[in-house]
Amino acid sequence: MLRSLHIDPQKCTGCLQCEMACSYENEKVFNPAKSRIKVFNFHDEGRFVPYTCTQCAEAWCLHACPVEAITKNKLTGAMEVADSVCVGCKVCTIACPFGTVNYNETTGKVIKCDLCGGDPACAKACPTAAITYVDANFTGLERMRAWAAKTSAGARA
Amino acid sequence: MNRYVIVGAGPAGVIAAETLRDTDPAGDVTLIGDEPERPYSRMAIPYLLIGKIGEEGTHLRKAQTHYDSRGIRVLRDRVERVDAGARRLFLASGGAMDYDRLLVCTGSRPLRPPVPGIDLPGVHTCWTLDDARHIAARAAPGARVVLVGAGFVGCIVLEALALRGVHLTVLEMGDRMVPRMMNPTAGGLIKRWCEGRGVRVLTSTRVAAIRAGAAAPLQVVLDGGEVLDADLVVSAAGVAPNVEFLQGCGIDRERGLLIDHHLQTSVPGIYAAGDVAQGRDFSTGGLEVHAIQPTASEHGRIAALNMAGVPTEYRGSFNMNVLDTLGLISSSFGLWMGVPGGESVEMVDAERFRYLQLQFDGERMVGATAVGLTQHVGVLRGLIQGGVRLGPWKAQLLRDPLRLMEAWLARNFTAQAA
Amino acid sequence: MAWTRKILRVNLTQGTCTPEALNMAWARDYLGQRGLASKYLAEEIDPRVDALSPDNKMIMTTGPLTGTAASTSSRYSIVTKSPLTGAIACSNSGGFFGAELKNAGWDMIIFEGRAPAPVYLFLHNDRAELLSAEAIWGRSVWETDHWIHQRHQDPQIRVAAIGAGAEKGVLFAAVVNDLHRAAGRSGVGTVMGSKNLKAVAIRGELGVGNIRDPEGFMKAVVDAKAVLAGNAVTSAGLPTYGTQVLMNVINEMGAMPTRNWREIQFEGASAISGEAMHEPRASDCKPNLVRNAACFGCTIACGRISTIDPSHFTLRGEGRDRYKVASGGLEYEAAWALGSDTGVSDIDALTYANFICNEHGLDPISFGATVAAAMELYTMGVLTQAHTGGIALDFGNAEALCTLAELTGRGEGFGLEIGLGSKRLCARYGHPELSMTVKGQEFPAYDARAIKGMGLTYATSNRGACHLRSYTVASEVLGIPVKTDPLATEGKAELVKAFQDATAVVDSTGLCVFTTFAWTLADIQPQVAAACEGDWSMEKLAEVGERIWNLERQFNLDAGLTAADDTLPPRLLKEPANTGPAKGHVNELDQMLPEYYRIRGWTEDGRLKPDLRERLGV
Repeated sequence: MLRSLHIDPQKCTGCLQCEMACSYENEKVFNPAKSRIKVFNFHDEGRFVPYTCTQCAEAWCLHACPVEAITKNKLTGAMEVADSVCVGCKVCTIACPFGTVNYNETTGKVIKCDLCGGDPACAKACPTAAITYVDANFTGLERMRAWAAKTSAGARA
Repeated sequence: MNRYVIVGAGPAGVIAAETLRDTDPAGDVTLIGDEPERPYSRMAIPYLLIGKIGEEGTHLRKAQTHYDSRGIRVLRDRVERVDAGARRLFLASGGAMDYDRLLVCTGSRPLRPPVPGIDLPGVHTCWTLDDARHIAARAAPGARVVLVGAGFVGCIVLEALALRGVHLTVLEMGDRMVPRMMNPTAGGLIKRWCEGRGVRVLTSTRVAAIRAGAAAPLQVVLDGGEVLDADLVVSAAGVAPNVEFLQGCGIDRERGLLIDHHLQTSVPGIYAAGDVAQGRDFSTGGLEVHAIQPTASEHGRIAALNMAGVPTEYRGSFNMNVLDTLGLISSSFGLWMGVPGGESVEMVDAERFRYLQLQFDGERMVGATAVGLTQHVGVLRGLIQGGVRLGPWKAQLLRDPLRLMEAWLARNFTAQAA
Repeated sequence: MAWTRKILRVNLTQGTCTPEALNMAWARDYLGQRGLASKYLAEEIDPRVDALSPDNKMIMTTGPLTGTAASTSSRYSIVTKSPLTGAIACSNSGGFFGAELKNAGWDMIIFEGRAPAPVYLFLHNDRAELLSAEAIWGRSVWETDHWIHQRHQDPQIRVAAIGAGAEKGVLFAAVVNDLHRAAGRSGVGTVMGSKNLKAVAIRGELGVGNIRDPEGFMKAVVDAKAVLAGNAVTSAGLPTYGTQVLMNVINEMGAMPTRNWREIQFEGASAISGEAMHEPRASDCKPNLVRNAACFGCTIACGRISTIDPSHFTLRGEGRDRYKVASGGLEYEAAWALGSDTGVSDIDALTYANFICNEHGLDPISFGATVAAAMELYTMGVLTQAHTGGIALDFGNAEALCTLAELTGRGEGFGLEIGLGSKRLCARYGHPELSMTVKGQEFPAYDARAIKGMGLTYATSNRGACHLRSYTVASEVLGIPVKTDPLATEGKAELVKAFQDATAVVDSTGLCVFTTFAWTLADIQPQVAAACEGDWSMEKLAEVGERIWNLERQFNLDAGLTAADDTLPPRLLKEPANTGPAKGHVNELDQMLPEYYRIRGWTEDGRLKPDLRERLGV
């Protein structure tokens, strides 16, 4: 059974441990600016919403890649960027309608969540279980919808 | 058994072939391309030019056995003519081939502007791998290079040339760089950025003639009279669709082959995809050529589904582009020029080369331009193509246009892009 | 490593921003943040300078662990000479600003001189610019934060700013970052205002690296986080109630200073407690507390995010929208100073006053305590409505509290007198004995008659009365790390010294002192040792803590403070507690202070002996 990141914004305190864990795991530096998961702060509502790629079934990024640098890991279900193949054209960054593929100017490649190969560092670092790695029993899109519906509940902006 | 023939081995063709194979395992799938290489991506050529990748890095599919193992026949040949009535096509090598469904995804080719001397040796377009090899040979560090055209393709080539260390002059007829993707403010930022990195940019400038020179192999004469010495001239002045081989088929066309909601042309059995196709535009509902990778890939997939008998309606291509000019990254989405009666907001940070403008129609976003922004830009597509009703977040975005992700998360999406 | 090894020197007089290398020899002796910046200050200014003159310097400093994955790695400090106390000031703040400074590639910023016209510093990684702040001079912290975000159009920029009160010389002005985290104490905001420096705005994208042993560090970090997660205070008490978990506890033990310390228990304590913040209110059925929130990297998350009751008087009328949102709610010290000390038990009034302190950049402890002193003077008839501009300053008057917060925040009317602080206000009206201060800084929320060690803590704190220099409450009330009798004086000198030195270390790492509800230095040491080059054994850390304390002490002595300043107001020494377990007790400072001097290795008049100076290199 595939597993996926489950995010419960209600539990998020906005500490950014996930961003540090992510950047450390992937870039060997504590740097939220290089994190593939991002906590968005709705300050006036006292709400924090962690957000990253849900490895959606549409895989916009994968299909938009002109050089087959993004492939699906059959074990984890994650769309993974092969650094050795990515030319840095950034088409995937505009193709992903969720905004979760980003260009890393330092490396000239794109970065996105790859579930850390099946052991996501963000989930391990989260002190409140706002981010957990659980069995995926619905598709990426449904998951995204359910999640978005939940995060917008009570939103008033 | 259905016989599928795909003409054109670019991204649309390859994805169509794969989709056909997956959808109709018993079907006969042939992919015809007229270049000698394995199917490759033109988009990767700039990265080949700067040495970031080798030629194999441009290949659309890396595994040697990719096509064989899927039972996709790849033919290196050129289609000379199609007999739509007989559903038969004729190859340059002399053979003929019958099809039940034909997909045309032959893309486009660069136009050579009607300028005296455009055919001189040392004047190249930058379109194919073969072009790239010629350019690489002449664009040595220190070489004097004149690039004609600062549209999207021109700018991509610009980056590759500049990174090779040439002395580069860019000529653009329009009043700004990338005029069909960027408004004057954004185009101006890009120009200033490029100039700050040693590229000479001349906008509102035409080439009067190109001639062989004494001090240099070539001389480019500008409409104002100035003469530029050049070792290499690269022409990136527009493209035309590759449709000549369809003469006599009776396919309706304007700027490209007109296709319906199922990506079929006006001739039953013949479909079109990618740069050669003029299909439904998501934003306007009209028919447009969107010569971009994501459209090619979506066209390829959806055309193939329809060809294989799985009726799939296309919601329309979404006009978007991303460009890297010497490290300054810009992107545009949808109706970035706005709509009559719409509202817009503009954030200009000229000092840090950052720019964002959003266009709204009622409570929906319809277009956007971004410069110097690389994080979460895809959400602009989500917001626009998703038709997200922004509600109170529209006012919020009018105040703080960068809070796009928050708007997206707060309002989620009511219509998922398909 | 962990240090970026870079500091930014900003000469406001000349308008220059110059990078320079961090003095690593000093870093090896003082670690970072509080210790290291104090060393820089002591080396670079004459301790006798007028704190509000261009000759004073203001240092914003991170620690080596700031911005790392260590829990509570948010901290930065502002070190300067205090205009409130004349002593060295080191005010510590969390939020996200400190980590952003580190992420921009800097260990500290040293501000010197005075800008000829109002400016703010905009720091984007390596790029530092002083830009005009004329447009926001006189505006609040919140307006400044908003203006800077609008101007630079980057939601990720972190801003630390001062309000109008600081510009107008309110002596306990804070520097507020991230809208509601504050380097609150000792008037560091006033110093910033005197420099014509309105704000510091930072965007840092370079990250924090330079970890000596990354694998060892991550292991130490994970182990230490597990300790926090396994401790009842740091895993349940603080996240659920914040520091407000203390309100009922301290009140019940009769250590809750009330109405300018005339009393020692507050009848309204439960109404303003952490528990009360969870109670749904009648008007909208929502509790005061929206949720708990963390500072950067914090796995405790004690921060309060609150709203004011929509039916409350503070939200009536025009222009109130900015208070109708969730923002930084009451911490224990603020709830006490604004509430118990003034006799106000209206939790929404306190939340509002707290919002105002954040909005305008006031230290809510000093503000509330000064209002309390003014209320006592008013009760005595010394202050009248002719002085206050018609405000009835009775104890318990919530409207008066809120109005004074606004006036003080904006530096207007009677608010400017409140802005003098308790010591100067009481002296001005002929009653210096009513000022509940040490070295001119107002007390926090623990009565030293009921918690004896806190008397010594206050008297000897290098920045004037403060609970965060040696929080012996941990031992005397909560039993951390060992329980001591709060009503006994024996052993307190040793306890205070140990807490003072250990806290000096914690404040120099980039970590939060609240971790020490669960951590000891033995939990912190492996993190420091794995991150930082050099010897960071327990012994070394103990020495560093002691060195920092003595450096600060020496600074104060050089600034003209003496042993006579190591004292408490007569009320604590002579007026016995009137209720509760400590009824009849005063604070016997005279029984603890001589022993403390002796243990410190100081002379009887509180000066460092030569052998101590030599041993520590101070």
